[in-house]
Amino acid sequence: MHDKTLTELAAALAAGEFSSRELTQSLLGRIDALDGELNSFITVTAEKALADAERADQARAKGQAGPLTGLPLALKDIFCTDGVKTSCGSRMLDNFVSPYDATVVEKLKQAGTVCLGKTNMDEFAMGSSNETSFYGPVKNPWDLAAVPGGSSGGSAAAVAAGLVPAALGTDTGGSIRQPAAFCGITGLKPTYGRVSRYGIVAYASSLDQAGPMARTAEDCAWLLGAIAGHDLRDSTSVARGVPDYQEELGASLSGLKIGLPKEYFGDGLDPAVEAAVREAVRVYESLGATVREVSLPHTHHAIPAYYVIAPAEASSNLSRYDGVRFGHRCDAPKDLIDLYERSRAEGFGEEVKRRILIGTHTLSEGFFEAYYKKAQQVRRLIRQDFLDAFEDVDVLMGPASPTPAFDLGAKKDPVSMYLQDIYTIAINLAGIPGISVPAGFAGSRPIGLQILGPLFAEPQLLNVAHQYQQATDWHRRQPAFGKENA
Amino acid sequence: MMQWETVIGLEVHVQLSTRSKIFSGASTAFGAEPNSQACAVDLGLPGVLPVLNEAAVAMAVKFGLGINAEIPEVSVFDRKNYFYPDLPKGYQTSQMYHPIVGPGEVEIALEDGSTKRIRVHHAHLEEDAGKSLHEDFHGMTGIDLNRAGTPLLEIVSEPDMRSAKEAVAYLKAIHSIVTYLGISDGNMAEGSMRCDANVSVRPKGQQEFGTRTEIKNVNSFRFVERAIVFEAERQIELIEDGGKVVQETRLYDPDRDETRSMRTKEQANDYRYFPCPDLLPVVLDQAYVDHLRSSLPELPAEKRARFQDELGLSAYDAGVLSSSRAMAEYFEAVKEVCGDAKQAANWVQGELSGALNRENLTIDQSPVTSTQLGELIVRVMDDTISGKAAKEVFAALWNGEDDSADAIIDARGLKQVTDTGAIEAMIDQVIADSPVQVAQYRDAEPEKRGKMIGYFVGQVMKASRGTANPQQVNALLRQKLDNL
Amino acid sequence: MSLEHADVQRAAHLARLALDNDEAARYVDDLGRILEMVDQLQAVDTEGVAPLAHPLDTTQRLRADEVTETDQRDRFQRCAPAVANGLYLVPRVVE
Repeated sequence: MHDKTLTELAAALAAGEFSSRELTQSLLGRIDALDGELNSFITVTAEKALADAERADQARAKGQAGPLTGLPLALKDIFCTDGVKTSCGSRMLDNFVSPYDATVVEKLKQAGTVCLGKTNMDEFAMGSSNETSFYGPVKNPWDLAAVPGGSSGGSAAAVAAGLVPAALGTDTGGSIRQPAAFCGITGLKPTYGRVSRYGIVAYASSLDQAGPMARTAEDCAWLLGAIAGHDLRDSTSVARGVPDYQEELGASLSGLKIGLPKEYFGDGLDPAVEAAVREAVRVYESLGATVREVSLPHTHHAIPAYYVIAPAEASSNLSRYDGVRFGHRCDAPKDLIDLYERSRAEGFGEEVKRRILIGTHTLSEGFFEAYYKKAQQVRRLIRQDFLDAFEDVDVLMGPASPTPAFDLGAKKDPVSMYLQDIYTIAINLAGIPGISVPAGFAGSRPIGLQILGPLFAEPQLLNVAHQYQQATDWHRRQPAFGKENA
Repeated sequence: MMQWETVIGLEVHVQLSTRSKIFSGASTAFGAEPNSQACAVDLGLPGVLPVLNEAAVAMAVKFGLGINAEIPEVSVFDRKNYFYPDLPKGYQTSQMYHPIVGPGEVEIALEDGSTKRIRVHHAHLEEDAGKSLHEDFHGMTGIDLNRAGTPLLEIVSEPDMRSAKEAVAYLKAIHSIVTYLGISDGNMAEGSMRCDANVSVRPKGQQEFGTRTEIKNVNSFRFVERAIVFEAERQIELIEDGGKVVQETRLYDPDRDETRSMRTKEQANDYRYFPCPDLLPVVLDQAYVDHLRSSLPELPAEKRARFQDELGLSAYDAGVLSSSRAMAEYFEAVKEVCGDAKQAANWVQGELSGALNRENLTIDQSPVTSTQLGELIVRVMDDTISGKAAKEVFAALWNGEDDSADAIIDARGLKQVTDTGAIEAMIDQVIADSPVQVAQYRDAEPEKRGKMIGYFVGQVMKASRGTANPQQVNALLRQKLDNL
Repeated sequence: MSLEHADVQRAAHLARLALDNDEAARYVDDLGRILEMVDQLQAVDTEGVAPLAHPLDTTQRLRADEVTETDQRDRFQRCAPAVANGLYLVPRVVE
C-alpha cells in the first residue's frame, strides 16, 4: 500500500480493496518501524488517525465518501491543528497545543482525509536543510547521510519513504520545491493568495504559501483542489474561483513554449543537475514543446532582497512569542524584561535568532530606506522580469536547486546555506506558482526539475508536470530505505 | 518680565463604537469578564490573521468628512513594533505613512464668542491595546485583553493651540463631532476618548517652537486643562531659572496636580514601522465616500451657524445649544413645539440647564421632555400663565406631578385672569378701599404717577392671588385712575 | 554598511533577545556577512521604482461589522503559562 499514489489509493478504497483503517494502520506501522531513523515526524497522531479512518470507512459504507475520504496525509508542523501539538519545529512552541484548526486543516477534515501526524521542519520554516529543527535533523531516505532539504523536510522525507502518500508543506523561499527535489517527490508552491494562510504559523507573511507534496503532479492536483480557495479570515487570500485541477491534466503539450532562463544555468550549477534538467527539456521537446532561452536579469538580486524582506517580516511576526499567553516561558523571571529576553533566548534556536536580529536591524531607524525600501523596489523589478518573460513563453524551466541534497552538517556558514535557494526564492518574491518534479539522480540523490508559470497558472503547470510524468518514471522510483518493511 | 506663549498640540484617541473589533469578530462591549472577549486574533495566537472591519473604515471617513479633511484614495496599515504585555502581537497595527484621513480643520469657540480654526494634521485607524491590572496577584500584574483590538481613531492636531482653554475647547469640539456623528460614545470615564498633549513654551513673538514634552493620558477635560497649565508653568520656571526643557514623555498625576517624567531605563524607542504584510492597501472609491458624505448629520459648527443666522440666537447661545447633539436635538424639539427659538433657548439654558446641573443629570436624562417644555412655553406666550407661574409649572413637571403643563396649570389654578370685567371689578374694589392713595395719585404730577401706580397693581394682584395678567391690570388701572 | 557590536546589542535589545558576549560576537560576524551579501542591492538602479509590498495588486477586503466570536477563554488559556482569575500574569509592570 505504501508505494501507491493518492490517486491509486483513492481507487483502491473506492473499490473496497482495503479499508481506510487498514491503510492507516499499515502506514502507522511503517512510521513506527522507520521513523526512528528518519525523524520525519514530530508528532504522530495514531489514535486520532485511526478514529478518523474509522469514520471515513463508515462514511464510505453509507455512500457518503468524497474523492479524498479516508486518504492518509501528514501536515508540516506549521499548520495549527486543534488539540494537537503545533510546534513549528521550535522549543518555543514545544508545549503549544493549538486551540484551533488552520483553514486548510478544516478543509482537509471536511474532505474526510486522515491526518497521520505533524512532520518535522526547520524551526519556524527558517532553513534549507531541516537541520534547524528543535527536534533534530531529518534524514534523506535516499541517502541517510544527506539532508532532505527544508524547510518542509519532514513532509518530503515522509512521502519519499512511503510513510504517507502525500503531505502539506509551506514555501516561503523554496521550502516545498527544494525538499521535494532533494527527496525525489513532486511539490507545488501555488500562487500567493491561492491557499489560505489562516492558521499557518507565519514566517514571512508576504511570501508564505502552503502547497501539496506528493509522488505525482496528479496527486498534487487532487490536494490543491481540496485546500485552495478564498478564505474570509485571510485578507490576502484571493477571491477567485478554484478551477478543477484534474480537468486540465489531459491537455497536449504540443506548441507549449518553454523558456529557459539563462541565469538558471550559470556558475555554481552542479553538472549532473544541469544534465538532468536539459534531458528533461528534451523530453518536453519530444512531446511537442518548443524551447527558447530567456533572461531574468534580476535573478541574482533575489537572495539579497529576500534576506531583507523575509527577516524583517519574521522579526515582527515572531514578536508574539513573549512567554505571556502561550509558548515557552523562562523559569522565575525577575522582571518583565527578563521574562521577555530569557523566554525568547531560550525558546528560539540560532537561525531564528539570526533572522530576527537581521530583520530588526534592517527595519531600525536609519536603515529602513537603504534596506527595506530598496529590497521592495528590487522585488518589483524581479516580479517584472517574470511578467516580461511570460509575455513570450508559457512556462519557465530550470533546476529546483543548484545541487542535489548535500550532506548533513555540510553547510555551517549561513550565507552558503542561503545561496542554495538561488532558483526558488525569486518565485516567492514574484508570487507566481512553481512546481518541482523528479527528473533523475546524481548517484543515489534525486534531482528536481522546476517548472514556473504565470500567476494562477496552476492548471497548466500541473498538466505540464503531469505530461512529463506520463513520459518518464523518475517519480515512481523508490528509495531502498524501508523496502524490507513493505 | 518676559511674556510667554504656550504652544499645544493634541493627539486624541477615540474608540469607535463598532460592534466588533477592528480586525476580528470579537465583541467590543465594555465591562465584560477579563479576557472573555479576546478571541484568537486578539490574542495573537500563532497563525491568526486580521481582516478589516468595514464600520471602522466608514466611521473614520465620516470623521474626515466632518472636519472637511482630504480623504486619500489609498491608505495603508503599518506595524508599530514594541514589546508590552498588553500588546499581544508585539506590534500595534496602525497607520504611519498613509493614514485614512488627511489634513482637515476643526472650528473651536473661544470664551469671547469668537471662533478659531485648529488644523488637524491627519487621523489614522489603529487597534487599541489591552489593560494591565496592577492589583496584587502575588507581586504579578494581570493582563486583560478584552480591549485589545478595539478600533481607535487617532486624531493628531497641528500645534495650533495657544492656551489650556483652547486645548479644552478643541477637545470639546472633537468630542461633539464624534458624538454628533455617532462614531463614538465619547465616554472619557470609560476611556472611549483619551488624550495626549504636546506642550511647549516660547517667548511671545518668537517664531520657532520651544522643546516640547508629551503628557500622556490626560483623560478628562478638567485634567487636560490642569495638566497643560501646570506643564507650561513648569517649563517657564525651568527656563527662567536657566534650565532647559528636555524632550520627554510625562505623566499627569491628578492627585498631586503635577506632571512628572516617565523615567524608564528603556533606551529610546525605535518602532520599526513597516507596511503590515497581512493587510492590503485600503482603497476607497469616490462613490463610497460620496455615499458616506450624504449620510452625515448636520455637525456642530454648521448648527451653530444656523442657530445664529436663521434663528437669530446670540453667538453664546448658539454655541452652548450646539455643543452636544443631545442638547441641540432637545432645543430644536422645544423650538418646534413652541415656535419661538429665543424662548426655547432661554428655557433650555435657564430653567432646564439649572435643574440638570443641580441634580447632575445629562440632557438625555431630563425628567422634563422637550414636548412638555415646549407646551409650557406656549402657555407663557399665549398669556395663559404668568412667567412666575411658569416656573412653578416647570418645577411640578420636573417632579413628575402630572404629565403636561396644561394639567398642572388646571390642577393648581394658575390660569391668568384675562377677563376684563373680572379685573375691572377687582380694580374698582381696590380703588374703593384706598381713598387716601387715590387722592394722592390724583394730586400728583403726571410724571410721578408712574411710580405710584405700583401700589395699586400690587393690591389687585394680591386680590387675584397672582392670577391676573399684570400688563392688563396695569393698563386698566391707568385708564380708571386717570379718568376719575 | 558594516555592522558593529553595538548594532547587534541594539537589535537584540529591540527584539528582546538575551545574548551573552560570545553569542553577540558570533552574530556580529554572521550578520556582518549576511549584510555584506545584502549590500549587493545597493548596486541595483531603482530610481523611480515603486516598492512592492505584496506580490498581487489586490486591495483590502472589508468585513461586515458583526460579532462572530464567542467566549473561549478557558480553551485559550489552557496553553498559557500563568493565569489567575482569567488574567494573564506577568512580572509586575512599573509605570
